[in-house]
Amino acid sequence: MIKKEESIVQLLTQKPWDPNQAKLDNMHDGKTINLSIGKLGQRYIIIVSTILFCLFIVTYSDRMIYSDWQNMPEPMLLWFNSLVLLVSSIVFISVQIASNKKQFNKVKKGLLIVGGLSFVFLFGQLLVWQKMINLGYFMSSNPANAYFYLFTTLHGLHLIGGLIYWVITIKKVWISEEIVIRNAQHTVELCGIYWHFLLFVWLVLLGLMSFS
Amino acid sequence: MATNGYEDVAKGDAIPALEVQPQELYHAKSFWTRYIFCQDAKVIAIQYALTATTIGLVGLVSSWLIRMQIAFPGVIPMDASAYYQLVTMHGMIMVIYLLTALFLGGFGNYLIPLMVGARDMVFPYLNMVSYWVFLLAVLILVASYFVPGGPTGAGWTLYPPQAITSGTPGSGLGIILMIVSLAVFVVGFTMGGLNYVITTLQARTRGMTLMRLPLTVWGIFTATVLALFAFPALLVAGIMMLLDNILGTSFFMPAILEAGLGEQMAYNGGSPILFQHLFWFFGHPEVYIVALPAFGIVSDLISVHARKNIFGYRMMVWAIVIIGFLSFIVWAHHMYVAGMNPWFGFFFATTTLIIAIPTALKVYNWVLTLWRGNIQLTVPMLFAIGFLITFVNGGITGLFLGNVIVDVPLSDTYFVVAHFHMVMGIAPVLVVFGSIYHWYPLITGRFLNNRLGKIHFWITFLGSYSIYFPMHYLGFMGVPRRYFEIYDSEFYTASTSDLNQFITIAALVTGFAQLVFLYNIIVSIKHGKKAEKNPWKACSLEWQTTEMPPEHGNFGKELPVVYRWAYDFSVPGADEDYIPQNTSPNEVANAQVEKT
Repeated sequence: MIKKEESIVQLLTQKPWDPNQAKLDNMHDGKTINLSIGKLGQRYIIIVSTILFCLFIVTYSDRMIYSDWQNMPEPMLLWFNSLVLLVSSIVFISVQIASNKKQFNKVKKGLLIVGGLSFVFLFGQLLVWQKMINLGYFMSSNPANAYFYLFTTLHGLHLIGGLIYWVITIKKVWISEEIVIRNAQHTVELCGIYWHFLLFVWLVLLGLMSFS
Repeated sequence: MATNGYEDVAKGDAIPALEVQPQELYHAKSFWTRYIFCQDAKVIAIQYALTATTIGLVGLVSSWLIRMQIAFPGVIPMDASAYYQLVTMHGMIMVIYLLTALFLGGFGNYLIPLMVGARDMVFPYLNMVSYWVFLLAVLILVASYFVPGGPTGAGWTLYPPQAITSGTPGSGLGIILMIVSLAVFVVGFTMGGLNYVITTLQARTRGMTLMRLPLTVWGIFTATVLALFAFPALLVAGIMMLLDNILGTSFFMPAILEAGLGEQMAYNGGSPILFQHLFWFFGHPEVYIVALPAFGIVSDLISVHARKNIFGYRMMVWAIVIIGFLSFIVWAHHMYVAGMNPWFGFFFATTTLIIAIPTALKVYNWVLTLWRGNIQLTVPMLFAIGFLITFVNGGITGLFLGNVIVDVPLSDTYFVVAHFHMVMGIAPVLVVFGSIYHWYPLITGRFLNNRLGKIHFWITFLGSYSIYFPMHYLGFMGVPRRYFEIYDSEFYTASTSDLNQFITIAALVTGFAQLVFLYNIIVSIKHGKKAEKNPWKACSLEWQTTEMPPEHGNFGKELPVVYRWAYDFSVPGADEDYIPQNTSPNEVANAQVEKT
């Protein structure tokens, strides 16, 4: 959101040399968007990740039209893993609510559950890999297989990055005292948004691989 | 005029400094944290600049060796593989590791916090890490020179399938290290870009609206946003080609026979054209990632040294933004001969030519800024004018190549080499030189030697034209680029041979003339003429710091308050021919700003 309800067009059409405009500009506090730098930084990272996944998806849709493409089967375990990730995201919503109410005992428990579920998800993904390899679905056998391993790896790496931030969040929540409560709440909020983002990415990738 | 809710408070002229929570500044405690692992954006900028310039010298020497082989084959012993490796590394180093790193990592880090009135970047630690990751990328690139088979010789475009097939030099570890280095570079840049974008958007001082920003900041900011969208395409292409190479996937690799062996490789069905689309979706915006900061910086150089406000400030901002947007829908003009649908060619030719409109607008505005200005022919101004002329020359040949029917016969000839070197090589490099002469007093407190600067300018400017003007003619003659040796070809007449020798001698002279510049930089640190505060009498905030060179934290106890744009030059009624951005209206009561 642009400060003071100014649109991009309004911003870019200001005449900085105009004396009347100058009087208004002199009072400007120098911020463009009503977001903390932490939140804005997170938006930046999410945008970069989104572009990255979108480009992979574009190449996927281009590559799949060639005649050698053969879809991979999706084992039930993959759906179970997806359910685990969905639950972790739902738990994170309750964590965020608890954090806003400063109920940090609930936050601590919730964060541990989220972390545990995330590890279960990652372990589950490795089991899916093992199963597919045992069935002979190697990365080099077919481009569809290659994309499956590529997507799951990329998503897994993003989740591992999220888990690093989760550790930071845990640390902040565990030492939260009155002066750093806002800081901890902020971190919980950022971590939560990233978790939901990763769930969204996974659902898009899963849908792409399942229904394309 | 748009209302924005400030009217009730916008009555007085002198505005108190904004009560903001002081930024927790990083304080260096030792030599290591002050100069090596430093979080101050100014030190990081110098680190970026030194690293980029050092690897840039490798790129420069590569170009001499390339030119020697073209004009005097055999004088410097090399085989075709070495030649292609030199060509590849020259291109990649100059575009990515020198120009991109220098403009964004170097100028971006030094100028953004100072020009927007901030104490530092918003994420100083991340900023420091971004430099070290960049250095790691450079070291990986350098390591590729020392692995078996040497660096990749696939051309800077790294097109598959040849980039990873055995007939190409460096198809083993060379190409792997190249891709890994690029991936690391992208990661490092993403960290730096986070700082450039958010510092510009959120950490400006009081009174510094977006439309009061110097055009330098607009150029660097927009280029960073472009990079944010473009670099992931390079990363995606790199990751997928790495998998094709190492794990045997077929993203880009079609069914193909191994060169020399005649055996079918284990690839099937991949699309090399897909790689080309991804590469140029990055590659064309990359041109503007280099050009937009140059556009911004040169606007400021021209305005300051012509003592005149920039003509059409708003249009200059709009043009930067529009060029940035359009740069994403022209990429396939690099692929007219790749066999794509003619209608695609028509579309991309149209969008390419549309870019000429905002670009021409900028050129007109630069010229109109000079018109009736009090032009000071300082060294920065000479380089700025040199840029203007060179950019027009390089841009006009772009109009030729943007048309499919003209591009097809000229494609893969020296005409293309001449075009892109003029427009994205020489033109931005002239701006780099001009800006170093301009901001050197701010960084060191001393001027660069003026006489040496003028010698440097004239040799560089005339030398560049001696190199690249004849190259257009070679292109028209049909001399192909990328050939290791073509002396037996029928069309290769004596005149083309003579021209090639002339070009090579000009390249060597121009290259060695840069030693004058290096000497000037090193000697002037201690022996240059001392510069007083704000020696060019500029309006922008980087010259209004309490100390010069600016100390850690930039602005002393209080951040400056901004009352005007960065171009209040030669204002009627004012005592001096410039009014700094932080001068309140009370201090220049007689100035008639609206008449500038």
